[in-house]
Amino acid sequence: MRLMVDRRLIAHFDGLTLLTTLTILGLGAMTVYSATFDGSTGTHTSHAWRQATWGSVGLVGLLLAVFFDYRKLERYAFLFYAVGLCLLIAVPLFGSMGGGSRRWLTFGPVTLQPSETMKLALIILLARLFHRRTHPGGLRLRDLAIPAAVTMAPVLLILAQPDLGTAGVFLFVFASMLLLAGPSPGTLGLLVLAALGAVPVLMSQLKPYQLKRITTFLNPELEPLGSGYHVIQSKIAIGSGGMTGRGYLRGTQNQLNFLPEQHTDFIFSVFSEEWGFFGAIALIGLYVLLLIRGLVVVNRAKERFGALLAFGVLANIFWQAAINLGMTTGLLPVVGITLPFFSYGGSSLVTLLAGLGLVINVNMRRHSRDRLPRL
Amino acid sequence: MRLSSHEAPHELRRTIVLAGLIVVTVFGILGARLYALQVGEADRWSSLSENNRIRLQRIPPTRGLVLDANGDPLVDNRPAYDVVIVPEDTKDLEATLQRTSILLDLPPARIETLKKAARKRPAYEGLTAYRDVDWNAVVALETQQLELPGVNLEVGPLRTYPFGDFASHLLGYVGEVSGSDLEAGNYRMGDLIGKFGAERAWESYLRGVAGGQQIEVNSLGRRLRVLSRVPETRGNSLVLTIDRRLQQFAEQLLEGKEGAIVALRPNTGEVLAMASRPSFDPNPFARGIRQKEWDALTSAKYDPLSNRALQGQYPPGSTFKIITAAAGLEEGIITPFSRLYCGGSYRFGKRRYRCWKRGGHGSMNLHDALVYSCDVFFYQVGKQLGVDTIAEYSRRFGLGAPTGIALANEKPGLIPTSDWKKRRFNEPWYSGETLSVAIGQGFVLTTPLQMANVIAMVANGGVQYRPQYVGRVEAPHGEIIEQLEPEVLGDAGLRRSTLHQIREALRDVVNGKRGTGKKSKLPNIDVGGKTGTAQVFRMGRKAVKTEHMARHLRDHAWFVAFAPVDEPEIAISIVIEHAGRGGGAAAAPLARDLADFYFALTRGRDYQLTDASAESGVSLAAMTESSIEPPSEAMRVEMTDGIRARMLGMHGRS
Repeated sequence: MRLMVDRRLIAHFDGLTLLTTLTILGLGAMTVYSATFDGSTGTHTSHAWRQATWGSVGLVGLLLAVFFDYRKLERYAFLFYAVGLCLLIAVPLFGSMGGGSRRWLTFGPVTLQPSETMKLALIILLARLFHRRTHPGGLRLRDLAIPAAVTMAPVLLILAQPDLGTAGVFLFVFASMLLLAGPSPGTLGLLVLAALGAVPVLMSQLKPYQLKRITTFLNPELEPLGSGYHVIQSKIAIGSGGMTGRGYLRGTQNQLNFLPEQHTDFIFSVFSEEWGFFGAIALIGLYVLLLIRGLVVVNRAKERFGALLAFGVLANIFWQAAINLGMTTGLLPVVGITLPFFSYGGSSLVTLLAGLGLVINVNMRRHSRDRLPRL
Repeated sequence: MRLSSHEAPHELRRTIVLAGLIVVTVFGILGARLYALQVGEADRWSSLSENNRIRLQRIPPTRGLVLDANGDPLVDNRPAYDVVIVPEDTKDLEATLQRTSILLDLPPARIETLKKAARKRPAYEGLTAYRDVDWNAVVALETQQLELPGVNLEVGPLRTYPFGDFASHLLGYVGEVSGSDLEAGNYRMGDLIGKFGAERAWESYLRGVAGGQQIEVNSLGRRLRVLSRVPETRGNSLVLTIDRRLQQFAEQLLEGKEGAIVALRPNTGEVLAMASRPSFDPNPFARGIRQKEWDALTSAKYDPLSNRALQGQYPPGSTFKIITAAAGLEEGIITPFSRLYCGGSYRFGKRRYRCWKRGGHGSMNLHDALVYSCDVFFYQVGKQLGVDTIAEYSRRFGLGAPTGIALANEKPGLIPTSDWKKRRFNEPWYSGETLSVAIGQGFVLTTPLQMANVIAMVANGGVQYRPQYVGRVEAPHGEIIEQLEPEVLGDAGLRRSTLHQIREALRDVVNGKRGTGKKSKLPNIDVGGKTGTAQVFRMGRKAVKTEHMARHLRDHAWFVAFAPVDEPEIAISIVIEHAGRGGGAAAAPLARDLADFYFALTRGRDYQLTDASAESGVSLAAMTESSIEPPSEAMRVEMTDGIRARMLGMHGRS
């Protein structure tokens, strides 16, 4: 393998993207520490340390994802997908429970969340499928059959865990990549109609607690306990942060445990309470920077596969961030989606960083005229 | 249709620009939202944060009731004082727990459990530390209130079994949720869950849905006001097929004995009574059984926690001859007219297999063999059938497998086959063992419930029903949620003449002059039945008198019965452990009394109790009016704060 590459590749290494991500990562680990810090005893759990460890593992993953021509991935797309699917199938058989659903596989000291790793595998496979399937007038409905099928398989498995939020993100990523791949106007119209038609069907399939979350969102008075209570406490945390925040480790909503899932789903509330409007806007700005910069990469990509691949990774980051921020600020129902690069969670962090490595990879090789090296 | 790798993806540009716009718009909206929350409404949220004295309190659901067939409550709820601790409001949780346990004179063993529970939930949520504390504890806590911030008294519903150890194996008990039930996620630490009996089997119906309230508290954690409240949903009630009076009667019959009585309705499988003795009081479980009480129960003689009706496995003894007889007739090995000779014993190989009657029964047909319960007759039938054919007919009668009643841990019993012995002991089946099996000895094991099913099948023409003790499920206000229909599980597939032959023989077991079960004869109604004496210990050459045998070596007494023979309404199975006397002497009279009582209940005034029953000290009037007072209406009230005053009064009286 020709790993040592010409200088132009190094020159095109996207330092800005990496720097932005490292900043978000650092702020995240810091906030995880705060969220798991017990002010009354001055003790903390090992979450922040573990998050930093996973961050390092993820950065190694990011670098590994940079030092080879990303186009090679196309060949292994089905292999990755198959491995990811096997892990997902293993979850209901050997997985461990938590909070009423079965989402994790345990290997010794390491806990893996296969739905996270599956995301990247699916993005790679969809990039391959959409890349190879084009049509002069845009993709026809029949061109979507296989991409839709490979998406639905993990979605159904994840719905069964049950993890409604993650399954939804899969569908959003699929829709985003499909949009980039270019459906014909007729297909697009049909899909929009089908999506609208699916809403009542999906509603009827929801478990009572899932439906409750949505009705709670529409009318918080209906459930003052449970998720309605969580949203109120989250809004108190964010709102009481004010313009400049209450200071690091000094947010009472966090320290007094009024916030639920402080180090995962509601970590943004902890951050906003401590750093105020300025901090929160700065963090949101970092995400915008990351995403816009990523879109530039997509725009410059040399060919469709790279563009689709990078776009898929970005779509995942975008949807997760938008949904998480929307739910902590009370704009969206509580669905249990974490904030990318920020919330505690090893599998998610490593997968996200590896995905970002691929975006950087696509950028680096935008001028490369090499043919794919043979294996 | 693959694009060349050099073709720049221009057609993507429009979508990319659109995506950029979407990113900017969405994050713009989020920024605006943050501005509104953190700048516009900052004051409001800050003051809410400063005074965040909103506490969550779960309102545990009131479990559904369990009623008998006539609507009398058998399991109920009563208001009780629970000690609820809100960790957030305590100064030091551990010290508070220590102090509370000393103050209430409660075992300190629970402190560790409570600390563990407290770690697993938000600190602002109340934790039920002790249930049903007594009046002294209430007074002690009230006077120490200022020194124990975060410790509150709440009135909550407590599961109560007003009749104590009545039908406790069937009704079951509740306890705090643990282990795998917690993991499944539908329960919270400290919730009550059905652990045994109907409470466990019907948990999802009985449980109800917890409500909750947001309450505002002062700086000491005392409640100021309720901000919002979601009422609990009460659980649904079970209406049993069991009549409390018949059940009580059955239990009285077993008083001082170890054993079980099962009564079924042959044409539906409904359970009319299911008694198992010794028994236990389920009440302590609901408030949290203390270690001492639990140790006493588990170490008690004769295992009171075991439901002998479906967990006790006994050799069926001669009651099993019903099955050998049916198999013999069906397989054509005997006809009703075949006669076989009994000379008091039967030589097979090198061994002599004795009949219970030393002198022998002489030559007789199947009818008389059943009536006199001749062993030698059935040795010969069994030998010709072979063990595997006997096993096949046993299975058709539902033996060797659980009956499928909705109660956990039902035992399957055991019906041996040659394959089974090969697998179990790696030994071939010896024909001599078949002779033991033919008379219900040897490896054969059955539960009283299974034998009740067998006799019900004889009575109803061979249909196997699932035994059901719940007739319907009702919502708290009485609407029927689910009506349970009889469920046919199978059919023995026997000729009508076969069952007719057996029924006629069983009629004479009771009504014949020398029938072995004549002690269960009723004057006005034809009872059919079969005695059984299950040998626990095989005597050698020297017979030992029962009185000289250790209790655990004495025989079990069986009796299975149905009545009236021609239009059966009740099927009864009775086993008395180590009775030391045969089924005809020890169990048959109980079946008579139970049937007698049953007909007195159902036939009303027209029915005259027999003198024998009257002699045995049972007064129908006393029974029907119930010696135990049912709970008064005042006790069964909705659990609200308003009940506090009434509680005070109640305690004051006691």
